[in-house]
Amino acid sequence: MSGERGALSDSDRRLTRIRVPFVVGQVVVLVGLLIAGLGPLLWLLKAAISPTQDSIRSPLAWFPSGQVQWGNLATAWQQGHIGYYLGNTAMIAAGTAVASLIVCTTAGYVLSVLRPRWGAVLSGAILATLFVPHIVSLVPLYLTVLKVPVVHANLTNTFWAVWLPPAASAFNVLIVKRFFDSIPREYFEAARIDGAGSIRVFTSLVLPLSRPILGVVVLLSIISSWKDYLWPLLVLTNPDLQPVSVALPKIAKVTELNIQLAGLFLALLIPVLLFLVFQRAFLRGVGLSGGIKA
Amino acid sequence: MPSSGAELLRRLRNGVPAVLFALPVLLIFLVFSWGPIVKGLVMSVQQTNLIDPVKWVGLENFRYVLTDPAVGQASLNTLWFTLLALLFGFPVPVLLAMFLSELRGRSWLYTMLAYLPVITPPVVAILLWRFFYDPSPNGMFNTILGHVGLGPFLWLDSPGSAMPSIVLEATWAGAGNAVIIYLAALTSVRADLYEAAELDGAGVVRRVWHVMLPHLRSVLLLMLLLQVIGTMQLFTEPLLFTGGGPQGSTMTILLLIYNYAFVNGDYGAATALSVLLALGLAVLSAVFQLATRGWSTE
Repeated sequence: MSGERGALSDSDRRLTRIRVPFVVGQVVVLVGLLIAGLGPLLWLLKAAISPTQDSIRSPLAWFPSGQVQWGNLATAWQQGHIGYYLGNTAMIAAGTAVASLIVCTTAGYVLSVLRPRWGAVLSGAILATLFVPHIVSLVPLYLTVLKVPVVHANLTNTFWAVWLPPAASAFNVLIVKRFFDSIPREYFEAARIDGAGSIRVFTSLVLPLSRPILGVVVLLSIISSWKDYLWPLLVLTNPDLQPVSVALPKIAKVTELNIQLAGLFLALLIPVLLFLVFQRAFLRGVGLSGGIKA
Repeated sequence: MPSSGAELLRRLRNGVPAVLFALPVLLIFLVFSWGPIVKGLVMSVQQTNLIDPVKWVGLENFRYVLTDPAVGQASLNTLWFTLLALLFGFPVPVLLAMFLSELRGRSWLYTMLAYLPVITPPVVAILLWRFFYDPSPNGMFNTILGHVGLGPFLWLDSPGSAMPSIVLEATWAGAGNAVIIYLAALTSVRADLYEAAELDGAGVVRRVWHVMLPHLRSVLLLMLLLQVIGTMQLFTEPLLFTGGGPQGSTMTILLLIYNYAFVNGDYGAATALSVLLALGLAVLSAVFQLATRGWSTE
């Protein structure tokens, strides 16, 4: 049986001197991961429905003392405007995903299927940006958004400022192009013989076939825009447009602790749920990123 | 039929559609990637405050940055963080992934738990950890350590322990990502390698040492480089945890760039320091690649 195995063989696993430490190790690691992974979420849930004094005096208590304050969550959602800011975050994430999808699918189609003579130059110019640290362009990117060249539009305090820049992702273009490369060329031949133009081939052949990779791009861009802090802080100075990540530190300064922790819980809950539902695609996406970087 | 097919193909390849399809990527990259990179290089030799006309100042910005004592301090702090993050943050995911790869079917639960901190938005994590780091004896971590007779510690409030505290949080936040990448590399180890080693009488420890680790070597080297590049650009944590304090002990290069640009409005100095950091990272990568070329190829 040479299927799936690791350094430990089946016969090793039956030996007491290996099995006992191995099982103990599993329990220890599981408990450690439960504390590190699930602990903060559960603790936040408890703190969110407890009086402030609980969290300050005895942060390790398992249950709220006295009455459970479910109302904290509603207060954070309404008075703290967490619901409103989460709405902004969702708008930002959705727009970022759409912009990224448009750019990386069309670019992948050009580089993988249409392959014009200048494709190699374009591909090289895109790949080169992978090697330039983001920090070089932070300040000039901010000035660009302040006054877009040629059209002289000021994008700050519009969602365009957070939607468009992440779409310039060489990584997305690369993984989508690689996926398109794996579509058998005969499909394209057959479609062309049937008289399909390049637009038809794109919309009714390439896009439907590449749903899995498009899902990965969407998830990764949603999560990264959900996590982003510095960029929206710089370009969205109008509080009405700010995402929850920018709003939370400000809320933290002026709100009572239990409401503040309830806000943190709500802001954490959605990405965690999203992850639990789409686990497979997530972990696949991260695995891909390792493969590309390697 | 084949000739007309080939004809069609050529038309498709070089015709207008290719340009049309390339428009989004060209526009987006020109405005938001290639443009700003070039602009950053140009701005580092200019003086501009967005109001007065732009002045060319040669290397003046670089001289200003290199003689600013804050830059030296920030560089030392950043290197200190990088070193600590390597010592603690690098081995943890490697060991965890090696362990998980032995779990077979059950590893998904472990992987999922390990990945949850990565999903946590940094701002949420930092605000939460700031609360955990409460320096009073009733603070979360101080209460836990108090049970075993340690502390109370000042955590973020003392210049000595502020940076290690940030490292601890950053390691927690980043480990899950690395675990997944190492796990992916480990699943590609061919089973017969382990079997051959076993037949040759290699015990578990030697199988790990001689089969598993060598297989991870190129991924490990790459992740090492990426981690150094990533940690040299530490920003959000010191900004939200400490604002660079106490006594400047967590002021990093990126935080300084941010202050130059968005607090002082000195875009020239900010881009000059950015270019210097990028150059440093480029040199580091090149040296690293050269030094490890012999190790990563077998």
